[in-house]
Amino acid sequence: MYDFNKYFEAETLDEAKKILKENPNAQIVAGGSDILVEIREKHIEGLELMGIHKIKELKEISIDSEGTISIGCMATFHMLENNEIITKHIPMLGRAGGVVGGPQLRKVATIGGNIANGAVSADTATSVWAYNSQLVLESADGNRTIDVKDFYLGPGWTDVKQNEILTKILIKKEDYEGFSGEYIKFSQRKALDIANLGCAVICKLDGNKFSDVRIALGVAGPVPIRCKTAEDYAKGLEVTEENINEIGKKAVLDGKPRDSWRASKAYRQQLIEICSQRALTKAAQLAGGK
Amino acid sequence: MSDVLKKITFTLNGKERTVEVDVRKSLLDVLRDDLELTGSKKGCEVGECGACAVMINGESIDSCIYLAVWVDGKEVRTIEGIEKDGKLSEMQQAFVDEGAIQCGFCTAGLVVSATALEERGEKMSKDEMKKELSGHLCRCTGYHNIASAVDKVINK
Repeated sequence: MYDFNKYFEAETLDEAKKILKENPNAQIVAGGSDILVEIREKHIEGLELMGIHKIKELKEISIDSEGTISIGCMATFHMLENNEIITKHIPMLGRAGGVVGGPQLRKVATIGGNIANGAVSADTATSVWAYNSQLVLESADGNRTIDVKDFYLGPGWTDVKQNEILTKILIKKEDYEGFSGEYIKFSQRKALDIANLGCAVICKLDGNKFSDVRIALGVAGPVPIRCKTAEDYAKGLEVTEENINEIGKKAVLDGKPRDSWRASKAYRQQLIEICSQRALTKAAQLAGGK
Repeated sequence: MSDVLKKITFTLNGKERTVEVDVRKSLLDVLRDDLELTGSKKGCEVGECGACAVMINGESIDSCIYLAVWVDGKEVRTIEGIEKDGKLSEMQQAFVDEGAIQCGFCTAGLVVSATALEERGEKMSKDEMKKELSGHLCRCTGYHNIASAVDKVINK
């Protein structure tokens, strides 16, 4: 049995906001695949959990007339893998969702939980970053939308306040149209493992030159990061093996990996170089580069 | 803890059930301890081994990291609901025929996931099938005979 103190079931979004406001210790449980495991493994006691499973609108994935894609926080990884809007416009995010944990886990674990709990190894966080997503945070006291770049504050620490719910992830047309991308999860096993490095790269070409390159890394620092040095360097460069190799080397300068039992700092730095080169090569091919 | 019990109604192996569950219990604990369906096994309890897999609305999930209260209004099928009229289902028989069972601890979960795949009604390559079954750990068989059993039924 899980050791928590209270359980609230929110039937509607308004009710969820109210519960959070009236119960300052309440926190959200989405798919549960992180928090329930933590309660058991780390012997955390006394939590007050609020389930949001019954709120249908939080599971919606839609696209509006301006081409902005909206992904509800309770969309599961399985939904990301199979949703037509995602596979058509932002397939890299669908593929990233398809490598999380194992098949049974992907049917319950959600993108909202993956982003909101701030895990640096979150497989979808890098794609969300690369597409310059906006995160909608709602509470009984009002709503706000923030850029993903301002969202991560530290290891396992994000800008979601106790009374807020991350309801939607928005991706604008200008941030996906014309881009091709590739996500590489580097881990010891193909399934049921956590990444040693996650690398999401999208690029846009003008002829055979990079007009925009975005490289997002997971487990390369305390929070998911973007490789500004490498991205700026890449702009305007011809798509060649040499240039791609050099861009990968620059990405290492942006990373701040650490030693852990999973992998050493030196190993991770090598992974940053190789994975960004491989992902960029694939992304450039998909974009029609030679 | 107050409000520890919650009444939920769901379909379990084809029959509607209304039960009071402790909100802190996983679906696996409710199935095994309260409803005495011990076919689903408790392995890792962190969603890695797949021994506890059951179907919810036709999709296989790990019941150890799924709160029982979440099945309210849903349809649950466990290994006990896979047989047909007291006889082994085609998938269960294939596991027997192909020697896909040794100690048996992973079998219930694997049969549930394999049955969910079968019921999708799509043929698939061995690689796709292996990816779909990659949420299960088996320490005995080396997976080969399991893959043969599932392939035999899905791609017949």
